[in-house]
Amino acid sequence: MTSPRTLALTCSAFALAAGMAQADSPALMFDMGGKFDKSFNEAAYNGAERWKESTGGSYREIEISAEAQRVQFVRRLAEAGSNPIVVLGFANEPTLNEVAPEYPDTTFVLIDAVVDLPNVRSVIFAEEEGSYLVGMIAAMTTQTDTVSFVGGMEIPLITAFACGYAQGVKAVNPDINVIVNYTGSTPAAWNDPVRGSEIASGQFSQGSDVVFAAAGSTGLGVLQAAEDAGVFSIGVDSNQNHLHPGSVLTSMLKLVDQAVYDAFTEGPGMETGVVQMDLASGGVGYAVDEHNEHLISDEMMAAVEEAKAAIIAGDLAVHDYRTDSTCPAF
Amino acid sequence: MSTKARIPHWADVTLVPLVSIALAFVISAVLIWAIGESPWDAVKMMVEGAFGSSYGWGYTLYYATNFIFTGLAVSVAFQARLFNIGGEGQAALGGLGVALVCLYIPWPHWSVALVAASIGAAVFGAAWAFIPGYLQAKRGSHIVITTIMFNFIAASVLGYILVNILRPTGSMDPASPRFAPEIALPKLHEMLALVGIPFSRVPPVNISLLIAVGMCFVVWYLLWRTRLGYQIRAFGESEPAAEYAGISPVRITIYVMLISGGLAGMMAVNSVMGEQQRLVLNAVEGAGFIGIAVALMGRNHPFGVVLAALLFGFLYQGGAELALWTAIPRELIVVIQALVILFTGALDNMVRIPIARAFAAVRAR
Repeated sequence: MTSPRTLALTCSAFALAAGMAQADSPALMFDMGGKFDKSFNEAAYNGAERWKESTGGSYREIEISAEAQRVQFVRRLAEAGSNPIVVLGFANEPTLNEVAPEYPDTTFVLIDAVVDLPNVRSVIFAEEEGSYLVGMIAAMTTQTDTVSFVGGMEIPLITAFACGYAQGVKAVNPDINVIVNYTGSTPAAWNDPVRGSEIASGQFSQGSDVVFAAAGSTGLGVLQAAEDAGVFSIGVDSNQNHLHPGSVLTSMLKLVDQAVYDAFTEGPGMETGVVQMDLASGGVGYAVDEHNEHLISDEMMAAVEEAKAAIIAGDLAVHDYRTDSTCPAF
Repeated sequence: MSTKARIPHWADVTLVPLVSIALAFVISAVLIWAIGESPWDAVKMMVEGAFGSSYGWGYTLYYATNFIFTGLAVSVAFQARLFNIGGEGQAALGGLGVALVCLYIPWPHWSVALVAASIGAAVFGAAWAFIPGYLQAKRGSHIVITTIMFNFIAASVLGYILVNILRPTGSMDPASPRFAPEIALPKLHEMLALVGIPFSRVPPVNISLLIAVGMCFVVWYLLWRTRLGYQIRAFGESEPAAEYAGISPVRITIYVMLISGGLAGMMAVNSVMGEQQRLVLNAVEGAGFIGIAVALMGRNHPFGVVLAALLFGFLYQGGAELALWTAIPRELIVVIQALVILFTGALDNMVRIPIARAFAAVRAR
C-alpha cells in the first residue's frame, strides 16, 4: 500500500512533528464554531483545562476551518501519537467511521453521536431529561401561563431539547402555552445573538415570561433580552446563572466538560462503547447556585427532585424526539 | 495608467506581485514574533507542511483546485469589468447540481458521472449567476450588490434543501446521503501510480485538478482566441466604444455571468464529488471569496490564477500544519492570508509606483 519512497517522504514530514509530539498525551478537536463559543466547544475546552490543572498534564487541541480538515486533523493527531483523541460534534460521525479503523491502537471519543467501532467511545446526552426538569421549573414560575423556547439550528438534537422542555411544562400544567422558535437552518444560527434577542422579544410580546435558549452563543442574546424585558430565562449547556443574576432562572446542564475530563483522565485504556450521559449519571441536570436559589422555592425544588428521582428510577419516561421524530407535547 | 505604462510588462506580472507577497510575509513575521513564536520556524513548518511531502502537496493541490475554479470565475467576469463576488453562492448551488446528478441517477462508471456532474455543477452555478447578470443587464442593478446578496440566498436555499429534502431521516447532520462508491473520483495517487510515481494516498486531491487546469486553457482560448472573448475584453475596456462597434452590452453581460457562474459552480466537482462524496452545508467554505484574491493576484490571467491558487493552497495547508503543531492560533493564519490579499490587491500602487520610479531612474541614466 505504501511504497518505500512515500514512506520516506511521509516520515520526513512527521520528523518535524515528532520533535514536538507529546506521544500518548490526549488531544481535543473542536467542531466548526470555534473554541470560544460560550457553549458546546467552550465547555469541552473547560473540561480539558480542568484536567490540565488537576493533573499537570498537557494536551493538544485543534480547531477546524474547512470540511476537508476533519479527516485530515484526526488522522494527523493519531499519527503524532495523541491518545485518546476527543472529537466534538455529530458532524464527525463519518470522520471517525473513516479514520478510527486505520488506527486500532488509538482510542477515539466522539461526543454527540454514535460510532460503533471497538476503539471508539461514543458519548451521548439525554438532553430531553434535563430539559424536562427545567420545563417544570418554567411552568411553576410563569405568571402568564405562556413560556417559550429559542433553538439554534433546527435539527433533531435541538428539537429534542424543545420536546423535553415542553413535556416538563405540560406535566405541571397542561394548559400552559409553549412557543417554540428556531434561529435558522444553517450553522450561522449558533452564533447570532442579535437574532436571538429579536426572537425572544417577539415571544415576550406574545405573553411569554420564561424563555429557554438552546442556541449556542445566540442564547446569550436571548438571556440579555429577557433581563431587559424583566422576565426569566433559562441557560443551557454550561451553568449560565451568573450571566444575569436574578433573571436567569436556572440552566439546563449538559456536561460536555465532564465527558472530556473523564476521557482525558481515564486515558487510552478507557472503556469504549456508548456512554449515556443522563440524569442518573449526572451528565445532564439543572443548576442551582447562589445566583438563582432565591428564585426557586422549596416546593418547586421538591417537585423537580421528585420527578428527577422518578426518571432515574425509570418510573417516569421522558420521550426522546430523536427516536421517532414526534413529540407528544407539541 | 501613466505609472503603469512605465513598467515593463515582465516586471508588472512578476516583480510587483512578488514584492507585495514579500512585504506581506515580512509583516506576518513581525506579528508571529510579537506573539512570542519564531517566525523562521513558522515559515519552515508551513513550507514543509505544504510542499515537504507528497502528503502536503496533495492537500495544497486540493485547495488550489478549488481556488483555480473560483479564481477563473472572477477573472472572466473582471475581463468585462463585472465584479462577480457571488462565487460563494454559485459554487454552493453548483454543489447542489453535483449532488442531484450523483444521487438520483445510477451511473455505470465514474467517468460518465464526472462529465454529468461537471455539467450539472456548471448549469446550476450559471443559473444562479444568470439572475444577477440579467438584473445588471436589463435593470441596471449593480452586480456587486446583487451577487453578494445571492450568496446569502444560496446559503438559505441550500440549508432548506439539505435539511428538509436531501437529509436522510434520523440524521442530525444537514447533509445529503453518501454518493455511490462506484462514482468516487480517482485520486491523484491512483493516477500517478499508473505512471509509476508514488504519492500519498491520504489527501483528497483528485482528477478534478486536471479539469481545473484544462479550464484554464479553455478560458485563455475563449478570452484571447475567440470572437466572444474579444467582445468581452472590448466591453470591459470601454462600454460605449463596444456598443458603438455593435457589441450588445446586455448579451455580453449575461454571457459573462453565465460563464463565470458556471466556472464557480464547477468548483463543487472537486469538493463535493472528489472530497466529501456527499453534499454538506458549507462545502464551499470561503473558496468563493478567496477566488477574488486569487484573480486579483493572478492579474485576471488564467496562468496567473494557477500560480495565485497555488499560493493560497499553500497558505491553507501550511496554515493548517501551523495550527496543528504550534501555539500560533488559527486566527493568525487568517491574518496572514488577509495581509497577502491587502498587499496584492488593495495596496497595489504602494509597490507599483516605487518600482515604476526605479525603472524610470535606471532608464534616465
